[in-house]
This record gives sequence, C-alpha cells and structure tokens, in this order.
Amino acid sequence: MHPLAAASDSSGGFQGPSIDEFFPSVLLFEGTPFEITRITLARFFVVIVLFLIFWIGTRRMKLVPGRFQSVVEMGLDLVRVNVAEDLLGKKDGRRFLPLLTTIFFMVLFMNLTGIIPGFNIAGTSVIGIPLILAVVAYVAFIYAGLKKHPGTFLRNALFPPGVPWPLYIIVFPIELVSTFVLRPITLTLRLLMNMVVGHLLLVLFFTATSFFFFESGNLFALFGIGTIAFGFVFTLFEILVAVLQAYVFSLLTAVYVQLALNDEH
Amino acid sequence: MNSAQMIVAAGEEHNPLLPATPDLVWGAVCFIAILLIFWRLVLPRMKATLDERAEVIEGGIKKAENAQAEAAAALEEYNKQLADARSEAAKIREQARTDATRIANDVKAQAQTDADRITANATAQIEAERQSALVSLRSEVGSLAIDLASGVIGESLSDDAKASAIVDRFLADLEADEQSKAGK
Repeated sequence: MHPLAAASDSSGGFQGPSIDEFFPSVLLFEGTPFEITRITLARFFVVIVLFLIFWIGTRRMKLVPGRFQSVVEMGLDLVRVNVAEDLLGKKDGRRFLPLLTTIFFMVLFMNLTGIIPGFNIAGTSVIGIPLILAVVAYVAFIYAGLKKHPGTFLRNALFPPGVPWPLYIIVFPIELVSTFVLRPITLTLRLLMNMVVGHLLLVLFFTATSFFFFESGNLFALFGIGTIAFGFVFTLFEILVAVLQAYVFSLLTAVYVQLALNDEH
Repeated sequence: MNSAQMIVAAGEEHNPLLPATPDLVWGAVCFIAILLIFWRLVLPRMKATLDERAEVIEGGIKKAENAQAEAAAALEEYNKQLADARSEAAKIREQARTDATRIANDVKAQAQTDADRITANATAQIEAERQSALVSLRSEVGSLAIDLASGVIGESLSDDAKASAIVDRFLADLEADEQSKAGK
C-alpha cells in the first residue's frame, strides 16, 4: 500500500490531530463541575511552579541579588517597568501591578506547558483560562474608568468629545462594539488560537514523524527527518509565542486600563 | 462510522469556543491562586527590597554629598589657616626686623656711651698722672739742683728756707722763660 495514499485514507495509517486533543479524558470527579483532566493537572503544576519559584526567589531578598534572585527580579521588573510603569505611570502602575504580573506569568507559564514533555499541552489552549483572564481585564479597565471618571466614563467612551454630533450615529456603534464587545473577544481568541494552532502543528509534526519512521518505512523515513526538524523548530517557535502572547496579553490589559484612565472629562 | 466522521462528530460535540464548567472552575481557582501569590506574597517582598535598595542608594548619594561638603569646608578651613599663618609669619618677620633695628641701635648707643666713659676716664687718669709726675718732678728737680749747686759753690745750702727760695725763683724763671718762648 502506498504510504501517501495511506495518509490520506482515513480508515487506517496516518491519523492527524483533531480538536479532541483539547478534550482529554477525565481523570477525576467525572460528571461534576470539578472534573480534572490532564490539562487541569498542567494548570495545577503551573500554579505550584510559580509559587515555588517566586516564593523561593523572594524569600530572603538581598540588596545585592544573587543569581536566582536576579532572574526573578528581572522577570518581575519586565512587567513592572516595561508594562505597568511605562503605560500607567508610577502611581497607577502600582495599583494594577498585581493584576498585570499575574496575567503575564500565568499566561507565560501556562503557555509553556505546551512544550514541556509529559504535559505537551498548553494550559491556555482550552478556552477557560483565556476567557477568565479576558473577563478580568475587561472588568479591570471598566472599573478603572468608572472609578477615575464616575459618570463621564461611559459617555466619553461611547460619545468621544469633540466629534460633531451627527457623526455620533456612526461613532457610537463603532465605539460600543470595539470597546465593550471586541476587546474581551480578541483578547480571548488571540491567545486561545495561538496556543491551539501551535499545539496542533506540533502534534502534526510529531505524529507525522512517528508515522514516517515506524509505519511507512523505506525511503519515506527521510520525510520523517524533515518533519522532526520542523517539529524542533516549531517547539522553539512556541517558546517565542508563549513569551510574546504573555507580553501582549498583559500589555493590552495595561493599554485598556490606560485608555480608561485617560479618557477626556 | 469511520474515524473521519467520528472526528467531525466529536468536533461538534466539543466546541472549543464554548467553555466547559470544570474548565472555568479550575481556571478561576488557578487564577485566584496565582493572583494571591503575586499580590500578597511576591510583590510586597519585591517592593520592600526595591524601596530598601533605593534608600541605600539615596543614602549613599547623600553620604557622598556630605563627604564632599565636608571636604570643601576642610579645604576652606585649611586655606584660611594658611592665609592666617602667612600673615602671622609676615607679622613676625616685621617684628623681628624692628627688634633687630632697635637692638642694633641700643648696642650702638651703649658702645658710644662706653667709649665716651672710657675716654673720659683715660683723660682724667692721664691728667692725674701728669699732676703727680709734675709734683714729683718738681721736688726731684729741686733737690737735684740744690745738690748740684751745693757742689758748685761748695757750701751747703742746708738752710731750707733759703734753698727753697732759690729753687722757687729758679723754677719761676724757668717757667717765665718757657712762657715767653711759647708766647712768641
């Protein structure tokens, strides 16, 4: 049987990844709202790792940091300086720093489980985490706006001052959709789809490698070398994506908060 | 049912855009746990360290500024002392010069006085010697002359009154003769 024909034949041979990848079998508490799957375990792992790293890293902080403390401080400073203080300034930056730091490291580490052997699935590749974080960001910027400009925030956000009133007929729906509808959706989908696609690509490359090496045999094993090389490259690429998405998510949250705080009176 | 249909069916069953309840429950738990870790534990420690560090750095800067100010003050003090010392030295030099002049003048005056005194003494002594020599010479010359005259005339001029008168007359003649010579 021809291997390529086998790959295209769904009844046997090569099996491509499906969306079921993201719905693994339930391990514990099946049928309750507390079902635990492999992905849930990956998320718990991330929480424990984050706790350990940052607990140990900040346990006995010295004025002149050692290596480990330097790395931890560098990570925290990345969010504090480059995201929070750059966009929000010192005062507001400090208020929203816990939220932004949480978003950054949660997204980063949960993205990284996608390439950790044994988990091989990003904690953010199921909609729960991206959605929760997007809702948190949504609530945060609306809260920031309402607190800073009570009464005028919603009006200014929907009817930007300085626009001639007939234009409000066009501007109002645009602002409504872009600010209050699209923002959380884009935040969720951007992260989710990056992780979903990344995972599917990796699964595709590695199952194909396995298929070429062990099932098709002969010269087609050479294709396997190509696919495993791509798998390796895309694993590195996933690290980049993990960092980038974490940065983008926290940055956009900060930008939304900043826009809400800066709204004209 | 072949596997392709199964995948499609499973895909329809599991919509990746619809969150499952456990997904949200555990996701929220994870979020809250991580939020608490950063909010309550990590960031306060980090802030404390940063504040402490900033304080140390500011303290160091302040200390350096203080040290600089102290150094400047010390330099000023030193310069002032130097200037004082210079003026003091100049004063002392001036004083020394005046003193030297005074001492030299004193010494000169003293020497002059001493010289005058010594000269006066010498003059007085010479005068006294001359007087005494004159007196003794007068008596010597008198007796010599008497002896000589006694020998010449062969008779003793033992009559003192007479001899004295002769001598006195002779001497007076002698003086008168000298005076007349000097008067010429």
